Amino acid sequence: MGVGIKVEKLNAWFGKTQALHEITMEAPANHATAVIGPSGCGKSTFVRCLNRMHETIPDAKAEGRVMIGDLDVYNGTSPVQIRRRIGMVFQKPNPFPTMSIYDNVAAGLKLNGFHDRRKLNEIVEHSLKVAALWDEVKDTLHKKSGASLSGGQQQRLCIARALAVQPEVLLMDEPCSALDPISTGKIEELIFQLKEDFTIVIVTHNMQQASRVAEFTGFFLLGRLIEFDKTEKIFTTPSDKRTEDYVTGRFG
Amino acid sequence: MMRTRFQQGLDDLRSRLLRMGGLAEQAVDRACQAYIDRDLSRCQLVLEDESQINAAERDIDELAFDLLALQQPAAVDLRFILAVTKINSDLERVGDQAVNIAERVMDMVELPKADLPIDIARMAAAVSAMVRRSLESFIEGKAELAQAVLEMDNVVDRMRDEAFITLVKTMNDRPEVTRQALDALLIARNLERVADHATNIAEDVIFWVRGADVRHNVPQEIPAAQPAGDTR
Repeated sequence: MGVGIKVEKLNAWFGKTQALHEITMEAPANHATAVIGPSGCGKSTFVRCLNRMHETIPDAKAEGRVMIGDLDVYNGTSPVQIRRRIGMVFQKPNPFPTMSIYDNVAAGLKLNGFHDRRKLNEIVEHSLKVAALWDEVKDTLHKKSGASLSGGQQQRLCIARALAVQPEVLLMDEPCSALDPISTGKIEELIFQLKEDFTIVIVTHNMQQASRVAEFTGFFLLGRLIEFDKTEKIFTTPSDKRTEDYVTGRFG
Repeated sequence: MMRTRFQQGLDDLRSRLLRMGGLAEQAVDRACQAYIDRDLSRCQLVLEDESQINAAERDIDELAFDLLALQQPAAVDLRFILAVTKINSDLERVGDQAVNIAERVMDMVELPKADLPIDIARMAAAVSAMVRRSLESFIEGKAELAQAVLEMDNVVDRMRDEAFITLVKTMNDRPEVTRQALDALLIARNLERVADHATNIAEDVIFWVRGADVRHNVPQEIPAAQPAGDTR
């Protein structure tokens, strides 16, 4: 089951430049929350703060309170512990190119010292099924490399890889921006199903995508959270003029 | 980034709806004037207006459909297009009501003139004012103007109720003018329906501008007035 995410007064910097200002919002458990906003508004920085990937950039730092369920992300928890509970899918599919499809999915578990072959087989199959890829790759699991798949299949492989370590939260940073409409449709359908078991936060430039997959949406502008509400409210009757101007395409 | 082509589409939609509104308003005025003057030529004009209104309805729906399919509007733009499609439908029905009135007038002209206890001219003036103001509220994008139209509907409803009582009494007292009284009663009913359509238009304007659904007198907190963006 997914767990809720609570963010309080989150600030983030790149060197002396402040990228996020006092972000406070919640992403409810087992729902998809979309983060939208123009380029440079801080939406990717925001999700990278949720699993402490932001601090992997030199001179970058973050402060504030982020709770993933009962896990206090910035207080006494190691980044490794956090990333075990939070899977992440990136804009460009990034399967391990030299590994087989099977090994791509099993990589996270093996790195954590998990070597029970029978159990591994079960988890790989289950993860690929949940990621709606199993039927397309079940006969070539060990023969083909992850890089030999199409872009859409690679992205679903990355989702299967993230799911294999059984996270509670799945962060998706523009997961469909490099995909064609058919592959995008499959990923969106998948997001809808994954909500039953995971909490999803998705960054997207595509506002129709946000409106299709997410129950909640946050609009970011210049590093600030301008508005957070139910998705239908954001796209039909937003409260803030800046949100309205963005979702109607008047800027951004 | 301004979506220029999209904005042009919205502007085009607004102008077409306003032209159609003008036709519908004119049709009602002509039908009522035809009643007052017992003028068959005006009735004919109303029938001609109707075919133009029907063509306009199809054009507006087609453009709105294209904008929805091709531009994926959101927020105030989405509300605007939805409001336009509904107003479009109401204006087409206003045209139908004008035709109904004209047909009743054509029937009445065939009959001896009867002095009836109903002031159709007064009722027509009130209804025309409602249609005009509802269209003004659309042009201005002002929910306050639309709100005033909603309040006028009760006045017209009362006029229709009074007409019913007095004309039924006339039919009882003077059976020789029953057919004329019935025609007048139906015209009062048609005018009251036009007022209902004007009310619907006003409700749609409020929905567009404020995002509030005020139909069927369901209490709802109306958000504070916001600039309605460039769709105004």
